[in-house]
Amino acid sequence: MRSSATQSDLDNDFDHLDPSWIADPFPIWDEMRQNCPVAHTDKFNGVYFPTRYEDVRAIAYDTEHFSSRRLVVQVEPMDPPLIFPPITSDPPAHRAHRKLLLPLFTPDAIKRHEPHARAVCQELIGRLTGNQSCDGAADYARHIPVRIIAQMLGVPNQDADLFRRWIRELLELGITDPQMVAHATEEMCDYFAHAVDKRRKAPANDMITFLLRAEIDGQPLSNEHIVGTLRLLLIAGIDTTWSAIGACLWHLATHAQDRHRLVSARDLIPTAVEEFLRAYAPVTMAREVIKETKVGGCPVHPGQMVMLSFPAANRDPSVFEHADRVVIDRQNNGHVAFGLGIHRCIGSNLARMEIVVALQEWLAAFPQFELAPDAVVTWSMGTTRGPQQLPLRLG
Amino acid sequence: MRDKTRLFARIVGERCQGHARCVAIAPELFELDELGNAHARLHGLVPKGLEAKAWLAKANCPELALDILEQ
Repeated sequence: MRSSATQSDLDNDFDHLDPSWIADPFPIWDEMRQNCPVAHTDKFNGVYFPTRYEDVRAIAYDTEHFSSRRLVVQVEPMDPPLIFPPITSDPPAHRAHRKLLLPLFTPDAIKRHEPHARAVCQELIGRLTGNQSCDGAADYARHIPVRIIAQMLGVPNQDADLFRRWIRELLELGITDPQMVAHATEEMCDYFAHAVDKRRKAPANDMITFLLRAEIDGQPLSNEHIVGTLRLLLIAGIDTTWSAIGACLWHLATHAQDRHRLVSARDLIPTAVEEFLRAYAPVTMAREVIKETKVGGCPVHPGQMVMLSFPAANRDPSVFEHADRVVIDRQNNGHVAFGLGIHRCIGSNLARMEIVVALQEWLAAFPQFELAPDAVVTWSMGTTRGPQQLPLRLG
Repeated sequence: MRDKTRLFARIVGERCQGHARCVAIAPELFELDELGNAHARLHGLVPKGLEAKAWLAKANCPELALDILEQ
């Protein structure tokens, strides 16, 4: 069993799966940033955890010493690692893998999906109307992104439960259970191989068909590439945004003043969402050290992993004034929730649209809500942080 | 700021990664290409009255890809 970490544990043997870290990582990161800004653990074959903005930034830009081929910290990494182009692609191949997808995710392209997102939110809210209580994560947040991305990809949203199970198995339970990763991976590969075959015979207006028609240097994409990209878009399109929406609802359920302000000043919602993204950035990617180098003066060794904590960088007081305070009208907010450099989250415009729409619709329907009495809020661990369980009292 | 000072905004192309914050904040000054990367409109000239928006866009660029020149 894990116990709560002491300071010397944090310096030499941090544990990002410790219950206190999962529940409230921010004071732990603040302490690390002050006393040991590049923490390390021997667990998981060796992992570094930089907490300073400048170190996170330097790593994100340094593709010479840090590879993206492994993005998740696990007890037993897959060998060879599974590909998820373009997020697992390194230069020079990365540019072409990413470029073909970019036009699908510009703000204008994403705007076309806004009516659907709004309809999904309204439908979910319709099911809750009249209720005294609900779970903001299980009944609302987690259903929104999955339905949007399922439609964009061209897979049935009736399979949403299956998609969410894969994500939980790959990103959470799989951290310590390699067999679970292998099993979920196999299921996902089969699922998308089948979906691709279907589109080959019957093209449709969706991303599977788009990828089947796409070319790099005049060559069609390999089946492995297409399935890998589909796996990525599914995983990245669901868990991350659901976590962000849930964190926004958690904040507003626990900060009545901010909630009142957003109810009466709806125009402030997009600005507030940027602040929620800064303060509760859900995603921590990882890199593999491939060449000896230093991070913040600390030597890092090839073969070890580095957790690239954009959430910790967003809380660095040397860059963000009152970094530990959520200021919903913060003006200067160059947060890095969507990453930095060539791997900037390709779905950032989609995520922003979904979060803003989800909050607009929720606040219009439920201007009054708070945590349910005796609510137990649980948070996910590993690559993505967000509330899994968020019992709310409505009205 | 002196009265005759003019501001010019410039996106450093190789740094822009398409976060699109500048366009969200100051659509009068910036636009996106088909890949979602930002470019300054009006050859970078910041019209009078939009200076504050230009500075705000700069402060919100995560990649620090936005330069503002005072001339």
